Amino acid sequence: MSALRQTWQVFLRSLRVLVRQPAYLGITVLQPIIWLLLFGALFKSISRIPGFTGGSYINFLTPGVVVMLAVFSAGWTGMGLIEDIEAGVMDRVLVSPVWRGALNAGIVAYGGFVILLQTAIIVLIAWALGADYRGGIGGVIVMMFVAALLGAAFSSLSNAVGVLAGQRETLIGAVSFVQLPLTFLSSALMQKSLVPGWIQTVSKFNPVNWAVEASRSAAMTQTNWGLVIERLGLLAGLTVICAWLATRAFARYQRSL
Amino acid sequence: MLHAIEAHDLRKTYPPAVEALRGVSIAVEAGTIFGLLGPNGAGKSTTVRILSTLSRPDSGSATVAGIDVLRDPTRVRHSIGVVGQKHGGAPEATGRENLTLQGEFYGVSGRELSRRVAHSLERFGLAGAADRPVKTYSGGMQRRLDVAMGLLHRPDVLFLDEPTTGLDPEARVEMWREIEQLAAEEHITILLTTHYLEEADRLAARVAIVDAGEVVVEGTPDELKSGLEGDAIQVQLSEGDERTAQAALERVDGVSEVVVEGRTLRARARDGAAAIPAVLAALEAGGAKVAAASLSRPSLDDVYLRHAGRAFAQAGVGDEVQA
Repeated sequence: MSALRQTWQVFLRSLRVLVRQPAYLGITVLQPIIWLLLFGALFKSISRIPGFTGGSYINFLTPGVVVMLAVFSAGWTGMGLIEDIEAGVMDRVLVSPVWRGALNAGIVAYGGFVILLQTAIIVLIAWALGADYRGGIGGVIVMMFVAALLGAAFSSLSNAVGVLAGQRETLIGAVSFVQLPLTFLSSALMQKSLVPGWIQTVSKFNPVNWAVEASRSAAMTQTNWGLVIERLGLLAGLTVICAWLATRAFARYQRSL
Repeated sequence: MLHAIEAHDLRKTYPPAVEALRGVSIAVEAGTIFGLLGPNGAGKSTTVRILSTLSRPDSGSATVAGIDVLRDPTRVRHSIGVVGQKHGGAPEATGRENLTLQGEFYGVSGRELSRRVAHSLERFGLAGAADRPVKTYSGGMQRRLDVAMGLLHRPDVLFLDEPTTGLDPEARVEMWREIEQLAAEEHITILLTTHYLEEADRLAARVAIVDAGEVVVEGTPDELKSGLEGDAIQVQLSEGDERTAQAALERVDGVSEVVVEGRTLRARARDGAAAIPAVLAALEAGGAKVAAASLSRPSLDDVYLRHAGRAFAQAGVGDEVQA
């Protein structure tokens, strides 16, 4: 009970930061709109590439942008923990008996909430642009959930790196280092059969690709539930491992003091 | 006698080879204020970090509120409050939100929590600023919030790591009153670290002077001061060699512990007033000219000088390096 309440309190603290800064909130809402319009314009002719079977460009791109957004927005949650370390907040929190898991889970829940908000905006705009959600509302919800789950894994990892490194530069380096390669080593922006063979092989082990394929299958096609459930399982397993790492990171930080 | 804090032979080395603690042992009687006095880098904060379960020693043992710090840190955490050197409040959150979050972390919730939060805002004079972000608070207000947060779950033992550093004199005196009240009226055991001699002298029932990772002397402020024989003499030279002057002073009857620091000589005298003429005569005979001479009753500064072998002001106070 108290573990849940503590998680909720940590979630609320993050949420207040967002709500109280109108500019930050504005950017958070605007970002998905710009991404979808920009990538849409950039990749409009993708559907004319010989061998492309993904249907209309907007149908193909929407799940890709949803997943990219999860990767790019969740990767930065560790920054808040670095600020807490610098301000002395972290040391005060760690001499309390608070469940360490709540310190990660509350932030992860906040990251998931922001992803759901942003993906909902994308879903609506894509719909206005002619996206055809053949998976129905259920499929769309699964897509959003997949994005949030991937975001939870990335957010936990970001929190772990933030607490262990304790320095902005290290976190910025690590996050920028993985974001783009993981995106390009997936079928987020390009159909799998149209990329080199080695990328196809690597993408099998890429969580971003697990999420893209599950989202695309759930929302845009006759859903292949076997594939979706398998990918959800993989993502859930990854999230649990990352959350465990992040929770352990606090003890590791204390040992460095 | 019941000890609320007991530390035995705490040692800690930071890589590569900074010996922060070289065997610190202290015992604090329940319901009293204990002062850890020393310059920055002496090991005060490291001791507090270990006793408050934030950090672990390389060796040694400690109990707080009767609970083993190393074996059962979670239970210790329920019994202690900690006010660190840095402000612990989340700057973007309001005072009320900070206190609420703090309460939840200690398992206090619901109506009991809102009642305690309101009461502590009132008590620490923060009721008017309760719903303002902490980053808009003055230094004194932030410090009061830190103490309020440290006390919200009603701990038996409170750690105050340099509670008045950076406060203006008015806020400092106010904080002193608050701390005195806590010990006197609520019987909380307080471990206070400070590099202000005046603060330890005023607040602490017992003081341990820490230098270079070791407790060099411990006792009540009065014991420590009366352990010094007689008065403190301080002489400033304007001309002449310090070493010759030192040798001359050492030959004066009733004068002992002559220490040279730059152009200043410090010494102790059984009866200061009677020794001064002899001191001045001896210096003159030794070819030294005296710019100023002063005589004072022993202070904790003299205690520090005697045990650490250097004046407190010379020991890097104000130097920002922390260990």
